[in-house]
Amino acid sequence: MDMKVADRGVTMSGHDTGQPVTRNEQAHHELSIRVRDLNLWYGETQALKNINVDVFQKNVTALIGPSGCGKSTFLRCLNRMNDLIPSVHLEGLIEMDGRDVNEAKMDEVALRRRVGMVFQKPNPFPKSIYENIAYAPRMHDLVSRKADQDELVEKALREAGLWNEVKDKLQQPGTSLSGGQQQRLCIARAIAVQPDVILMDEPTSALDPISTATIEDLIDKLKQDFTIITVTHNMQQAARVADYTAFFHLGEMVEYNDTKTMFANPHTKKAEDYITGRYG
Amino acid sequence: MRQSFDDISAQLKGRHRKSARLKWMSMGALGLAGLFLVFFFTDMLIKGLPAFQQAQIQVQVDYNEMAQEIPPAAVNEDVRPLVSRGYLRLIPGRMEDNPDLLGTSRMEWVLADGQVDQYLKGHHTNLSASEQAVVDQLASEGRAELKFNTNFFTRGDSKMPELAGIASAAMGTVMTLLVTLAVAFPIGVMTAVYLEEFAPDNRFTQIIEININNLAAIPSILFGLLGLAIFINFFGVPRSSPLVGGLTLALMTLPVIIIATRTALRSVPEDIRHAAFGVGCSRWQVVRDHVLPVSMPGIMTGSIIGLAQAMGETAPLIIVGMVAFIPDVTATFTEAATVMPAQIFTWAGEPDRAFTERTAGGILVLLTILITLNATAVVLRKKFERRW
Repeated sequence: MDMKVADRGVTMSGHDTGQPVTRNEQAHHELSIRVRDLNLWYGETQALKNINVDVFQKNVTALIGPSGCGKSTFLRCLNRMNDLIPSVHLEGLIEMDGRDVNEAKMDEVALRRRVGMVFQKPNPFPKSIYENIAYAPRMHDLVSRKADQDELVEKALREAGLWNEVKDKLQQPGTSLSGGQQQRLCIARAIAVQPDVILMDEPTSALDPISTATIEDLIDKLKQDFTIITVTHNMQQAARVADYTAFFHLGEMVEYNDTKTMFANPHTKKAEDYITGRYG
Repeated sequence: MRQSFDDISAQLKGRHRKSARLKWMSMGALGLAGLFLVFFFTDMLIKGLPAFQQAQIQVQVDYNEMAQEIPPAAVNEDVRPLVSRGYLRLIPGRMEDNPDLLGTSRMEWVLADGQVDQYLKGHHTNLSASEQAVVDQLASEGRAELKFNTNFFTRGDSKMPELAGIASAAMGTVMTLLVTLAVAFPIGVMTAVYLEEFAPDNRFTQIIEININNLAAIPSILFGLLGLAIFINFFGVPRSSPLVGGLTLALMTLPVIIIATRTALRSVPEDIRHAAFGVGCSRWQVVRDHVLPVSMPGIMTGSIIGLAQAMGETAPLIIVGMVAFIPDVTATFTEAATVMPAQIFTWAGEPDRAFTERTAGGILVLLTILITLNATAVVLRKKFERRW
């Protein structure tokens, strides 16, 4: 890139001042994840350039931008799913709870226990509905007694708004559910281990409009208990569910703002053009 | 210029002819393959089915003191050459087991000599004209019959065809395959799991992968030489034993199991791994709890097919000495044993015509077991195959 981010009049550049990147009235929000000068390469190709973001607790943060802009890559940095791709190389700071998630002492399993994930395509385990929920808490030793386990499964399914639909068929395979139900099952699976943060990678892109609306309502409800970061292709969705929105373009985070400002009065030309549908 | 339907149809004629020709050619190929198969099976059945029947004759057996010393004395002189010598040899032992028999004399159905058997089945026989007349006489009185050949399934090899059976070879095969399975399955599956789920993709693992694929294509006799050199000469494993045979076949089956397992692991959707990593599974938990259960049917199918292949293998076992003459059913993993294909090979080399039908009979038994194994593989795959 021939020009620096700051030169383009990006309001929330952050990385040159070291200040939190929003200036609106969110001061009372507590910080969940702090990202500073994050750069990421797939082999020789740089996919993320100087990303600076503050993610606030118990808010929904949406990542938007055209395909290939790096928003999903960024999301996967937050629970180190990119570790699974051998060619990925990463620099910069991702701080959670005062710890760099990429530091040598950080166990990625422990990180993923606190940062859950919901994927683009619903991917329940090839096991029963019950096992889908109970597996991870049992693995993490959160429950041991059968009764506690039953209770936890019910609680997670209720929180995901799925309990009434599946309570009579908990032993059936998770894959027997409809696409939207499967995705809610995946959300229930993620919240069953009581993470702090839930990452959602285009959670509704494989779903019909009605299922999408259900999931959006669910996200709105879940933010009371969890910090949610969601990638979406759908700008209306970002506008509907997100408190904050980050706009990515060609590996850079062009603008990060509270959603109202972002959609009503974007500070950058690129974001405005994208939001008004001039490209993307 | 616009073309009418007729114009286009005219142009298409050639193309349709071509595809029809191709269709007939491929159907012809299939027909030919089917014909070979039918010919092979019919031939085997015609030659092999008589082996499941064996001639018996009804004669007077005298359990006297003389027969204890000289067993043939138990039967009358005129029918003596018609009774199996092997059967006669068992008489003293039977008297020892059951002293009450001594001094009795009774009509009994006894095992006939192999030549009588061949004569009754209408095959070439070495019986003299007078002996043939006696057999004809017995047959007309209903005292010479073909009965079900239990010996074939309960006894080991014998130089007398009427007593030769497949049991010791079958036992040898079972024990050899047990060793093969116990060695090749865990090593093969763990190797594949490492290569597929843990190993980095670098030059080293690529070389290993190429070599494993090459191993699967190596002539099996070389594995026999390897087994001879390593297991017998270096480690001193007893020759001809199911242990050494099983280890040798394990070497041969390993690449098959590794390749089948890798294919099965690779066909597990990446989604499932992501889901498991996403809830905080370690790599091993991902494999143990999610990937292996889903890929098990594929792994089992591959392993059963690998074992079936090993079961039909003869060459490497000949090298490690498993073509021995084994009259008694093998009981331990370290004593000499033989396997079914090797037994078939031995019988095929016998000059006596009666062994020809045993050869074919042995092949029928082997084929039945192979088909059963392969059918099991198919059933397992169908049963556990679920779409995710």
